[in-house]
Amino acid sequence: MAIMKFAPQALKNLFLKPVTTTYPAEPYVYPERSRGHIEISIDDCISCGMCVRACPCGTLSVDRAKGTWSIDRMDCIACGFCVEKCPKKCLTMVPGYQTPGGDKKTEVFQKSPEVMAAEEAKRKEAAEKAKAAAAAKAAAAAAAKAEGQETPAQ
Amino acid sequence: MGKRSVIPYGPQHPVLPEPVHIDLVVEDERVVEAIPSIGFIHRGLESLVDRRDFNQMTYVAERTCGICSFQHGMGYCEAVEHIMGVEVPDRAKFLRTLWAETSRMHSHLLWLGLLADGFGFENLFYQCWRVREKVLDIQEMTAGGRLIFSVNKVGGVLKDVTDDQLKFILATMDEVEAELKVIKETFFEDYSVKSRLVGVGVLTAEQINALGAVGPFARASGVNVDMRKLGYAAYPHIDFEPITSNDGDCYARCYVRMMEVFQSIDIIRQVIAKMPAEKDLAVAVKGNPDGEYFMRVEQPRGEAFYYVKGNGTPNLERMRIRTPTFANIPGLCEMLKNTELADIGLLILTIDPCISCTER
Amino acid sequence: MAEVINPQNILEEISVSDLLRRALELKKAGFRFSQAHAVYNSKDNKYELSYSFSDYSTYQLHSLRVVVDLDTVVPSITEIIPAAVFYENEMKELFGVKIEMISADLQNKLYRIEVDTPFGPKKEEA
Repeated sequence: MAIMKFAPQALKNLFLKPVTTTYPAEPYVYPERSRGHIEISIDDCISCGMCVRACPCGTLSVDRAKGTWSIDRMDCIACGFCVEKCPKKCLTMVPGYQTPGGDKKTEVFQKSPEVMAAEEAKRKEAAEKAKAAAAAKAAAAAAAKAEGQETPAQ
Repeated sequence: MGKRSVIPYGPQHPVLPEPVHIDLVVEDERVVEAIPSIGFIHRGLESLVDRRDFNQMTYVAERTCGICSFQHGMGYCEAVEHIMGVEVPDRAKFLRTLWAETSRMHSHLLWLGLLADGFGFENLFYQCWRVREKVLDIQEMTAGGRLIFSVNKVGGVLKDVTDDQLKFILATMDEVEAELKVIKETFFEDYSVKSRLVGVGVLTAEQINALGAVGPFARASGVNVDMRKLGYAAYPHIDFEPITSNDGDCYARCYVRMMEVFQSIDIIRQVIAKMPAEKDLAVAVKGNPDGEYFMRVEQPRGEAFYYVKGNGTPNLERMRIRTPTFANIPGLCEMLKNTELADIGLLILTIDPCISCTER
Repeated sequence: MAEVINPQNILEEISVSDLLRRALELKKAGFRFSQAHAVYNSKDNKYELSYSFSDYSTYQLHSLRVVVDLDTVVPSITEIIPAAVFYENEMKELFGVKIEMISADLQNKLYRIEVDTPFGPKKEEA
């Protein structure tokens, strides 16, 4: 009888375990690749700003002087473009979705003082090197100039 | 002649989850004319081209629609690749085909469920969505998102599908096929389903041709059109024939979509069998797009149209997406003429409307 | 191996006065109307309108390209192809292309937007 086509399946469904789960009580196991949210190992970050330029929704910002990396989780669409673009691979996409909330707030990651100090030292060293190079160049130029002046006098 | 009156239908309606508004001119219980109006959810995604570069636009294009998101991203990327003359690695092409077909499967299963819900067969509705959940699990496992994939990029794909995952997909396909056979029999032979679908909203092939309808909606009226035959992605390597029906009624549209789910299972099996072994996923893309291209891809709902025009800067000059529903709305209005008022919800559903992506 | 039908897309540049004639010819030749869109070319300060037709059996895509100045009046093709009504309203509303005689002119009320012609030429700030 055509009218009873679905009846066996419907009866079977009555005695099957439900396919749904009681979610908050029974936590969901996300697959490994699930694009939940972005995490950063901030001490590896070189504050290059590639992620800021890549982000399609402009949710990231980087402050090089303060050594911070910040994200507005509510604006993030979890596309993973910043993860792909990061040259140091310090950004990772991890499972676990952003929880709903009443207000938007920016999450700020601060580099540790040791890393900041190391960076500062490096920068100083580079600056000194540059200074020394500039001084050497200036000296060489002056010497060349002096030589140049000497030549016509001869 | 009975008394004429106008009934505003939508944009919010219990059986119709899409915000389309239709003014129905009715004569007693019979619809004489239908005047559609859209525009409740225009988001202006196309205007983002002057603020986002062409790589970022991939993610914007993808978010045009929640259901066929992968195919939007793929269509956009293929258009840009054509302009820039980039040849995508073979494995990336096959992976694109794989994901395109899983998204077709879940879209059709969603529609079949909604159809069952539309004519009041709740049990069948849940059954369809239960099967769909397995397809969504594949997508979440391989791409990281249940619906929004974000695996496309200009020049290839971002993620590989491992051999274990391919095995899992094959096993899931067997399960899905077994469960679908029960559903298929119910859809095709159940008395209550037939009484609501057979002979309702008939459109002939000539009408389809005049109105420019696309996709399963057109194929149900005997028009053999399937953009996958254009041979984008890995479709040249896949053996398939478009599924058509000659009846042109709601039952035929249900038939075409149901059989397309089985066809997708077959295509996925072929893709996995023919998957190239080399692991190249993407080629590096240098420079900016300069030129224009018209790209057409077959989405679950029909032919989608991408027009991309670049001017040699990172920002494109114009990106235009014409979604299948945009082309099907004239057909819908023609179909609604001379039908019973009680069938309207079901009839609108049978074009598989996606108004959000229509307005972009 | 499946057969691939992929004919080269045809792009035909025509003048505004030829638009209706060519659209009618294509319709008579059995083409279906596929889509229409506008592009605002900021370099030349012109609109480029494309009307695409395609064939169901050969998959041939035939596009008509009309390049017009900002204030040129373009005739509507909705008399020939009723399905073009939303496309033309969209061009008119988003770009400000002057299209006349649309069979159902929605008077720039297709989309509920706040800005006039957001895709069209940028207004000079006074």
